[in-house]
Amino acid sequence: MPEDKEFKVIGTRPIRHDGIDKVTGRAAYGADIHFPDMLHGKVLRSPYAHARIKSIDISKASSHPAVKCIITSDDLPLVEDTITELGETVINLKYLSDNILASDKALYKGHPVAAVAATDPYAAEEAINMIEVDYEILEPVLDVRQAMEPDAPVLHESLKTESMGKGEDQSQNVASHSQRKHGDLEAGFAAADIIVERDFSTATIHQGYIETHNATAQYNEDGELTVWCSTQGAFGVRDQLSKILKMPVSKIKVVPMEIGGGFGGKVQVYIKPIAALLAMKTRKPVKMTMTRTEVFEGTGPAPGSYIRVKLGADKTGKITAAEAHLIFEAGAYPGSAVGAGSLCIFAPYKIDNLQIDGYDVVLNKPKSSAYRAPGAPNACFASECVIDEICQKLDMDPIKFRLINGAKEGDRRCDGPIYPKIGYLETVEAAQQHGHYAESIDKTPNGKLRGRGVASGFWMNGGGRSSVTINVNADGRINLIEGSTDIGGTRASIAMQAAEVLGLSSEDIMPAVVDTDSVGYTGVTGGSRTTFATGIAAINAAENIRAQMIGVVANHWELKPSDVKFKDGTFLAQKNGEELQMTFKEVAAVAGGPLVGSVTASPGGAGNGFATHIVDLEVDSETGKVDILRYTAIQDVGRAIHPSYAEGQVEGGVAQGVGWALSEGYLYNDEGHMTNASFLDYRMPTSYDLPSIETVLVEVPNPGHPYGVRGAGEVPLVPPLAAIANAVSRAIGVRMTELPMSPDRVLEAMGSI
Amino acid sequence: MQAFEYVAAKSISEAIDLLSERGDQARILSGGTDLIVQVREKRRSLELMVDVKQIPEVNEISHSSADGLVLGASTPCYKIYNDPDIKSAYPGLIDAVSIIGGIQVQGRASVGGNLCNASPAADSTPALIVLDATCVIAGPSGTREVAAKDFCTAPGQTTMENGEFLTSIKIPTPDTNSSSFYLRFIPRNEMDIAVVGAGASVVLDESHKSFVSAHVALGAVAPTPLYAEEASNLLSGQEISDEIINQAAEAAQAIARPISDMRGTANQRKHLVGVLTRRALNGAVNRVKETK
Repeated sequence: MPEDKEFKVIGTRPIRHDGIDKVTGRAAYGADIHFPDMLHGKVLRSPYAHARIKSIDISKASSHPAVKCIITSDDLPLVEDTITELGETVINLKYLSDNILASDKALYKGHPVAAVAATDPYAAEEAINMIEVDYEILEPVLDVRQAMEPDAPVLHESLKTESMGKGEDQSQNVASHSQRKHGDLEAGFAAADIIVERDFSTATIHQGYIETHNATAQYNEDGELTVWCSTQGAFGVRDQLSKILKMPVSKIKVVPMEIGGGFGGKVQVYIKPIAALLAMKTRKPVKMTMTRTEVFEGTGPAPGSYIRVKLGADKTGKITAAEAHLIFEAGAYPGSAVGAGSLCIFAPYKIDNLQIDGYDVVLNKPKSSAYRAPGAPNACFASECVIDEICQKLDMDPIKFRLINGAKEGDRRCDGPIYPKIGYLETVEAAQQHGHYAESIDKTPNGKLRGRGVASGFWMNGGGRSSVTINVNADGRINLIEGSTDIGGTRASIAMQAAEVLGLSSEDIMPAVVDTDSVGYTGVTGGSRTTFATGIAAINAAENIRAQMIGVVANHWELKPSDVKFKDGTFLAQKNGEELQMTFKEVAAVAGGPLVGSVTASPGGAGNGFATHIVDLEVDSETGKVDILRYTAIQDVGRAIHPSYAEGQVEGGVAQGVGWALSEGYLYNDEGHMTNASFLDYRMPTSYDLPSIETVLVEVPNPGHPYGVRGAGEVPLVPPLAAIANAVSRAIGVRMTELPMSPDRVLEAMGSI
Repeated sequence: MQAFEYVAAKSISEAIDLLSERGDQARILSGGTDLIVQVREKRRSLELMVDVKQIPEVNEISHSSADGLVLGASTPCYKIYNDPDIKSAYPGLIDAVSIIGGIQVQGRASVGGNLCNASPAADSTPALIVLDATCVIAGPSGTREVAAKDFCTAPGQTTMENGEFLTSIKIPTPDTNSSSFYLRFIPRNEMDIAVVGAGASVVLDESHKSFVSAHVALGAVAPTPLYAEEASNLLSGQEISDEIINQAAEAAQAIARPISDMRGTANQRKHLVGVLTRRALNGAVNRVKETK
């Protein structure tokens, strides 16, 4: 723990280490991998949302002259039911394997059924169309409420509901039901002066990362598999490949290339095992890249959801009881983020009586996956909208309501834990004092309707395993070797923590994200864990180096190590009344060889993240279109290592939240086909749709990190949905409960159509 | 994407010959912003793309007193909105070409291509219809002309026959005291296809108090872009008022027969026809008043 609170590097804004390579186009991404004898892989995907695969005939496709190999699920080793942890979610490996290549049933349109390797990508595409699959088409189910009906089409005959630890006998689509409960719900509602109960729905939403999934695999004659790919976690890919392909992890090397966005969607593997299997069978490198349509139809989006919230409060604005039912789309296989959503739904508040029920429901959509604070945007949309309605009915300022009910250190979270030092109320106070909140909005300028919305959000944040090696070069600059994919500027935020310990500048550190053979195990970049956990590993490695250097200096000066002090990058001692000093670089030069510090850490104590957002917007009453006028996002980040990148995380979260709120969502026809599987009609906000987003970083240091870091990347996606819905509802005078609030829904709510 | 042949035709007759030989397996390539996407997404298969960007007549912009503005069919959007003469005379066309695709697409996409693609939601077509534009079609039996409002016959279908292609679009010189306006509704502010589009052109009297004549056209509410004849006619000679503009909007709504799809619902589109017709007419009227 550094004693000097005056930071030299932390809190400054140096240029990121990977910046020049990225702006000049030199940074190497998965699509840049090329080998002279490389083959190209392509996946045949189910054209049906729900179908039994009766037979697959590859004979015609095999005769295509450019085709070298065709695989189906028969070529995957049989994987048993095994539950394994993957980043922010848990998954059954049998389901994971079936999701790679469908065995008995295709469970969504886009579900991989077979794959081809050919000498060029066009031939591969031709060949997959020559594979003949005999399907028995089954009725699809696309809505969680329909999927829960007793007579709904069943996706998995073997799936029985696990309800609060107990298994049921009946095959059905409800994979699990969990319940969290404390206090006396009935008494709590009886004590309420006002109760609001509403149903909400949110759409299936894709992360929309700009770079599509890619993988190039090579299998050497000595049985070593190498996979170059875009991933949030190379070790996670190695683990999944090991389990799906039944290979020892030591035989697999995963090389993480630069990543063009992930947001949780690049943790699960899709085409990586396929490329690996094709490479193993052909003994040639095989490259695969997905099209955008394949990404929409064949990779995990965030779950759509139905949520019912009932909240009671007394006249003073104190919450007396809260109840929630969350039903989440798992997609084709169990494992939605309903658990996380259930933890987050009332987390910003101290509530004595509550009950939260969560249901994980399978249906004929791609298996859902993590997306930035998985489950929390959906959940907090519902709870924060109900809170806003209570505020309106009590005629109470929504900030004041949150100050009355906000959780603080010592309060108990809905799912049990007692909060350590948290900064929720600090975000609410910062909102109250912000110029944005002080300024009133003109309600009806030129016939348009204006509204202001406020909402808060919570995300747990994660810790977990990270490893770092620091090598000190003779010129005094250091290589920092890490295994964390850099998605949001973490080379910089990790290097800066090491620089702070060693009294160096950020530029003296050369961070490198390396493959799985070249660094110790490191968890995925997810759960807002990287600046926190890999940062702690880097701090520990730097402290190790500092101790070694003190040894070198002591030896050099012929003193005991305890006689040597280290301050601001300089080693100091007194000897025979003389002041001795050497800089870090001078010590590196006299060290007489490399100094190496390797550390692995698995810190707990990731401080929870809270945010409070304020939005002003305008509704065109004739068209239902919403324009955001002003947006202020306030967040407790514990300590902003590199404030620009922390602000960037907040702005990015808000931008995505605007999409969830207003325009994004998977659209399906009755056959279960996605009708908007392109960026033309899957409408993510463009720069024209976003205001300048003002960010306010509140710093309530996390006691679990030497510099106070809290994860910052996920919680900014939690409040925008409700903040925008609250503003639209206040503008038009009708409570909006369905996302996205597309223009037609706004017109309908206003009774115009 | 499938393999196909590519020929850059050097003359109108060469292009006609190639089209005549290959029938529906040949397709004109202008900007390619629709065609290439359709082939890549397997919505269209073909053997031959005939690039017409090297044929001089198909790429020229000219003005004459007899024909007004003659736009080569392959003229890209950006050349149109950067032309100061077109900008002042045909603001409704500028509205349309400035919102087709994004800025990169506008560097390639042409008004002729927008017409020939025959999407019901094409932005430039209602703008051309209200400007009384004429399509010049070259073919094996010579050149013929068709009014822009009659050019599209169904989604993706035009009046052109085998061997024919669009070489230019003629737009008459506007009257004094006239202007035009096009707008569309999209859920975002860029990069969308029109949920509804509406174009209007108006000729006002000297005092700017009354309509001499007006034209209204609609996009994305029927299998083809529509000329709203009744809405247009009922404005002729009428004093400008909210009431008469509302009547025109209702008449426009009456001919809209929209569908529900991933871009909007039928009810929403019908409603928006009224809103956009009013806004287009008011926009055109205000432009006449502002230029005074």
